Amino acid sequence: MARISIKVDGVEYADDVEPRTLLVYYLRDQVGKTGTVIGCDTSNCGSCTVHLDGTSVKSCTVLAVQADGHEVTTIEGLAKDGELHPMQQAFHENHALQCGFCTPGMVMQSIDLLRDNPSPTGEEVRHGLEGNLCRCTGYQNIVKAVLAAAESAPVRVGTAGGTL
Amino acid sequence: MTVTEERSVTEVGSPRRRKEDGRLVTGRTRWTDNISLPGMLHLAMVRSPMAHATITSIDVEAAKSSPGVVAVFTGADLGDEQGSLPCAWPITADQKAPPHPSIAVDTVNFAGEIVACIVARSAVAAKDAVELVDVEYDDLPVVVDMAAAAEGGNLTHPDLGTNVSATWVFDSAEAGTGGNVEDAIRDAEVLVERTYRQQRLIPAFMEPRSVVCDPTGEQTTLWSATQIPHILKLMLALTCGISESKLRVIAPDVGGGFGGKLQVTPEEVITLVVSRRLGKPCKYTETRSESLLAGHHGRDQIQKLTLSATREGIVTGLKVDLLADMGAYLGLVTPGVPILGAFMYNAIYKFPAYRFECRNIFTNKNWTDAYRGAGRPEATFAIERLMDELAVEIGVDPLEIRERNWIKHEEFPFSTVAGLEYDTGNYEAATARAKELFGYDALRAEQRERRESGDPVQLGIGVSTFTEMCGLAPSRVLGALSYGAGGWEHASIRMLPSGKVEVITGSSGHGQGHETAWSQIVADRLGVAFDDVEVLHGDTQISARGLDTYGSRSLTVGGMAVVAAADKVIEKARPIAAHLLEANADDLEFTGGKFNVRGTDSSIGIGDLALAVFAAHNMPDGVEPSLDAEATFDPENFSFPHGTHLCAVEVDTETGETKIRSYVCVDDIGKVVNPLIVEGQVHGGLVQGIAQALWEEAVYDDSGTLVTGSFVDYLVPSAADLPHFTTDRTESPSSTNALGVKGVGEAGTIASTPAVVNAVVDALRHLGIRDIEMPCSPHRVWSALQHRDGDGSSSGADTPTEKTFVDDDADPSHNAQLSGEGSGSGAAEQGGLA
Ligand code: FES
Ligand code: FES
Repeated sequence: MARISIKVDGVEYADDVEPRTLLVYYLRDQVGKTGTVIGCDTSNCGSCTVHLDGTSVKSCTVLAVQADGHEVTTIEGLAKDGELHPMQQAFHENHALQCGFCTPGMVMQSIDLLRDNPSPTGEEVRHGLEGNLCRCTGYQNIVKAVLAAAESAPVRVGTAGGTL
Repeated sequence: MTVTEERSVTEVGSPRRRKEDGRLVTGRTRWTDNISLPGMLHLAMVRSPMAHATITSIDVEAAKSSPGVVAVFTGADLGDEQGSLPCAWPITADQKAPPHPSIAVDTVNFAGEIVACIVARSAVAAKDAVELVDVEYDDLPVVVDMAAAAEGGNLTHPDLGTNVSATWVFDSAEAGTGGNVEDAIRDAEVLVERTYRQQRLIPAFMEPRSVVCDPTGEQTTLWSATQIPHILKLMLALTCGISESKLRVIAPDVGGGFGGKLQVTPEEVITLVVSRRLGKPCKYTETRSESLLAGHHGRDQIQKLTLSATREGIVTGLKVDLLADMGAYLGLVTPGVPILGAFMYNAIYKFPAYRFECRNIFTNKNWTDAYRGAGRPEATFAIERLMDELAVEIGVDPLEIRERNWIKHEEFPFSTVAGLEYDTGNYEAATARAKELFGYDALRAEQRERRESGDPVQLGIGVSTFTEMCGLAPSRVLGALSYGAGGWEHASIRMLPSGKVEVITGSSGHGQGHETAWSQIVADRLGVAFDDVEVLHGDTQISARGLDTYGSRSLTVGGMAVVAAADKVIEKARPIAAHLLEANADDLEFTGGKFNVRGTDSSIGIGDLALAVFAAHNMPDGVEPSLDAEATFDPENFSFPHGTHLCAVEVDTETGETKIRSYVCVDDIGKVVNPLIVEGQVHGGLVQGIAQALWEEAVYDDSGTLVTGSFVDYLVPSAADLPHFTTDRTESPSSTNALGVKGVGEAGTIASTPAVVNAVVDALRHLGIRDIEMPCSPHRVWSALQHRDGDGSSSGADTPTEKTFVDDDADPSHNAQLSGEGSGSGAAEQGGLA
């Protein structure tokens, strides 16, 4: 067992973990952040995407011990005081989700995408989301949502994440 | 109290943002895998790497003493308690089926089949012990190729004495719905004969399947990532010999299904049996690899087709000879999937004679079952590819050949050669609109230019029309097809004293937006606020009756049950309103949520009535103090959405790569409850259909090993692979239900596959290409171009040609890119004139 301390969605945690534990399992099983989900075992689907120190990572590719001393933001840490993050709002407004399983990862990746490129083209959004699979929406409304979020609140969207 | 006066907009038809989203965008979700119960144990499955073998021994001792392991179960350990997994659709009286234990007992029949189950205190401990189980196998001959299996040779199940599970025939001459197809073929002026292969697909819902079972308490509660909580409850009770009333099944938030979660799975049975044995809550969640390996697959058919026509291109007959790969077992509706297609091969066209014969074949592969569209995409693909081939034979535009043969809008209702009655439709309108949005003529002009200039990147235009039977299903029809259940749906409405309304539906959503759409319907019907309606579903203790969600049935069947229940609420409220208003019940009219006494301003709202009934202080004599009502709706007929899809692709003749340049679809799904949801369904459906055309394929090697067992190899497309779609609708309200609605869940998937393949072939037709087997990967397209005839113009109607584009490269490693390549046998094709 290894001792780690991590700030998750603004709260400090100190826990013992098996060194082989992946960050996504730590978040789900030990911290109870079940909003972050697991869709594959080959790092292809992006369902598990969170922000590590403000940058998106697939939490199934990071060991919990690697996050020791760092700050993680999950989908559950985005809304503030009952108010949705602009990206969450944009997903809702543009019907960018159906079953919603890919949504946590999509939202986290989309925020990161806009941070890198605050006013992307549709094509750039598509490439920026290449690592996140969705089986329901055909992606059209996801792209629309990201473009809408970029349009409506570039600054706020771009500064979200672990540094909030 | 509910405010109804201000309601001016009707909810039905408005693009309401979804109620479901709030929890889904914030991670406040209840996926089955999130559930954790005190003392819960975790399951991991040991799966056979062999496709066909006798189990000679299983040594579980090392696994049992692994840290954290509580127990290990083999098939023999579970014994009779595991029963045999159910098949609810014996399509013929003499259908053959092997026993289907959840944990294999003596033999394994496909790679991925469960041979033992580890139970441990943590998921990690369970998984660690999987490798410690030592199973000895004796090889048996592996049957992989369905065409070979159909002809005999090695047997998948030697005990059955054959690889043919059943043969099912529909003949319009015998059924009295049309002429004799052999006569039509004999007298044909033009014959088009083709063989197409529907490759094996994997539903690949994003949420892996998961099941939790809590055996403590009087009722055993089972949570499952399933589309079918009600059917599952009944089937688990029957399979495991448990009283149905002692079981409660809950489908919490479910992350997509597409038919893939329309199943009673071995994992569900095992989790149920093991948790009851141990008296402890148990959880099993599959990995993605397990999901791709052992969650049921879809499609996998070989279609031998003969279409006869006159020289003017008027169709005279259609003969379909189908082989359908069942895999090793029959799942819940496995044998019925091709039969669902049987009624759709004639599509929107006026065929005077039709014959369909299907042989269901066993092979040592994972079993197939429903996948989005189930039978209907296969049928639509076949006929829409054939119509293109006929257009070439006759020498007319593919839209022209369709128009010559389709049912005209004034001919509805129309009785088809397959015995269905299409209620409404307007193929002319949808096609005209699609052409306009697409810029059809300009694209044809560009195509000509590129052909003439010998551009290495050729343009192809693909057409597909479609119709489908959806809203499964009139119970009497299912009875006639030997299906084991009905097709009704149930709903109930509870009028709460605070004015809120609870709607309970038997149709359980997993992404479709039931909570929103049902709220819209009830808000309009009862004149209450959208936000005052709460939709409850997916728990057999709350929603006791239901037949669940599949086959584009939710709105046309489940939505109609909701309407019927709401109407009953109004009728129950009427005498009470009359009593309180001191009026005659016949003088009351119900509008905008209120009963008004005609010609006066005396009125009472439905919410006030709910409170009055709750208090029950002042009820008319003999009237029960409740407004609650329930209804069961059994449709009279299917509904028949249709549409026209146009696809333009650019095919690079040097690399074989296909890029979709534009895609237009105009669907007619009748009345629309929520256009936003409809559009989303269409987008998602299009992509699944396009993925079949271009990328996805479940590939087995000769030893029966699935070589596309992860998302690295099974190519679910990403946003970067896809274009922006242009969608629109025409509206011919269905006359088979009061809402005027038709199904939409499968529409996009059904039409898009042939539209794309027709486009790819159209791009290359002048180079001598008449078919590319799906998926039309760069490698397949490139290979076809290398193997074509030299003359490059073999599409003439008078020169029968015979070419076979055999894909001789079965190297599975090609699947590592979006150039996925299979080991299929290639499509043989003949074009010719009789
Ligand atoms: S679960 Fe992390 S990428 Fe799929
Ligand atoms: S919304 Fe279902 S996977 Fe994306």
